[in-house]
Amino acid sequence: MPVTVRIPTPLRKLTNDQDSVTANDGGTLAQLIDSLEEQHPGLKERICDETGELRRFVNVYVNGEDVRFLSGLETLIEADAEVSIVPAVAGGC
Amino acid sequence: MSFANALRCRECNREYPLDPIYVCEFCFGPLEVVYDYAAMRKAVSRESIERGPASVWRYADLLPCDADAAVDIQAGFTPLIKAERLGEELGLRHLYLKNDCVNPTWSFKDRVVAVAATKAREFGFKTLACASTGNLANSVAAHAARAGMEAIVFIPSDLEQGKITGSSVYDATLIAVDGSYDDVNRLCSELTGQYPWAFVNVNVRPYYAEGSKTLGYEVAEQLGWRAPDHCIVPLASGSLYVKIWKGLQELVKLGLIDSVHTKMSGVQAAGCSPIISAWDSGTRNIRPVQPRTIAKSLAIGNPADGFYALEVMAESGGSGLAVSDEEVVEGIRLLARTEGIFAETAGGVVCSGLKRLAAAGRVDRDEVVVAFITGAGLKTQEAVMDTLTPPLQIEPTIASFEKAFGERSVVEARPAAGSAS
Repeated sequence: MPVTVRIPTPLRKLTNDQDSVTANDGGTLAQLIDSLEEQHPGLKERICDETGELRRFVNVYVNGEDVRFLSGLETLIEADAEVSIVPAVAGGC
Repeated sequence: MSFANALRCRECNREYPLDPIYVCEFCFGPLEVVYDYAAMRKAVSRESIERGPASVWRYADLLPCDADAAVDIQAGFTPLIKAERLGEELGLRHLYLKNDCVNPTWSFKDRVVAVAATKAREFGFKTLACASTGNLANSVAAHAARAGMEAIVFIPSDLEQGKITGSSVYDATLIAVDGSYDDVNRLCSELTGQYPWAFVNVNVRPYYAEGSKTLGYEVAEQLGWRAPDHCIVPLASGSLYVKIWKGLQELVKLGLIDSVHTKMSGVQAAGCSPIISAWDSGTRNIRPVQPRTIAKSLAIGNPADGFYALEVMAESGGSGLAVSDEEVVEGIRLLARTEGIFAETAGGVVCSGLKRLAAAGRVDRDEVVVAFITGAGLKTQEAVMDTLTPPLQIEPTIASFEKAFGERSVVEARPAAGSAS
């Protein structure tokens, strides 16, 4: 079953303006990001820094849960999961 | 006129036009307004500001929007009060309170929304939206009403009643989300890409956040054009705290004050203190938390500006501290009892935080200290209601009065200073 990945506005130039794309389930978030990179070259370096970690100002949610409360890049992405990439700098006062 | 001329990424310095965008397309860093300070410096003086209106718009030249078309409900220029009685209780000789409870919707949020609403209308938006813990929703609803715009505000479903009424009275559409503020915020971040609305703290956030600088400007002006020695500020996302600091720095840049030697101290409620936890562990990496505190206006578990708040704390030589929910209530009552100001829970956090900092010697007794009281207590009555002395119930007779009043005097002596804590 493919996984839906919601793409934030700043990255849509890399996805032909699509607000969501699909990828394969069954692996970790890190593997999902690698497969996204194959389909949409350039995406990975926007999400991850030089060391491969998620950038400071990027939040990734799996089924609405911040992956930092799960297992970070090792979080397993199961069938039908919805993954959201969301800029961190929003909200608050 | 506005001297804003671009947006720039705080992380990688890429520049962008002044559009309704908020993150760098490359690194997701926050975008910040860039100004032509040289031109601004020529245009503003202490006198030109002092001649301006008694609102945030006296600093219009330092803001990123056109004041001639302002959405204006008279936000800002709130009193700076010398707090003699609270100061005496805490052992501080020059304590001032910046009383932002008296804004039009009773919180400092009117400052940021004044700028955001004005900018949103400039961009041609017809709808104002936000992710809010309550105070922001109130202000967005009121400003939208004033501007003849539609308001759609998103809040966590467990908010205090006063904050719900304080939005719905303006005929805003309230969306109560079954989740925490961080869930609301995530949802709004995603909706921003789907709907043509101005989410004040998402896609117009770079402009919105600049409104908080006016707290720094006002305090310096009200102290006779000098920066305080120490600021005590509540931390939620960290944006307010960072922008007060920026406001003071800008006044130096513009030649309006001589220097800034201000220590910036930040306080959170212990039940939601991701910034203080990072500060205490000496790291700049903020671990998000699930908030559990009565200080709902500060209950942001994933603070957007936490990283920058930690930088300001270190750079300014300030302190960070978290207080318990019991202390939040005590702080509200201490402030009310000594200074006649009824603050919401964030004010209780500030007041108790200041008390602890003073007791620990981290605020010096001779410093000029400003504590920022950011919202009014009628909005969060639930927080203190059960701790207050109920009215004396009597018959309309002198005998009944004297009996009840006499018993009160015997049973409960008039609270002396310090007895509530």
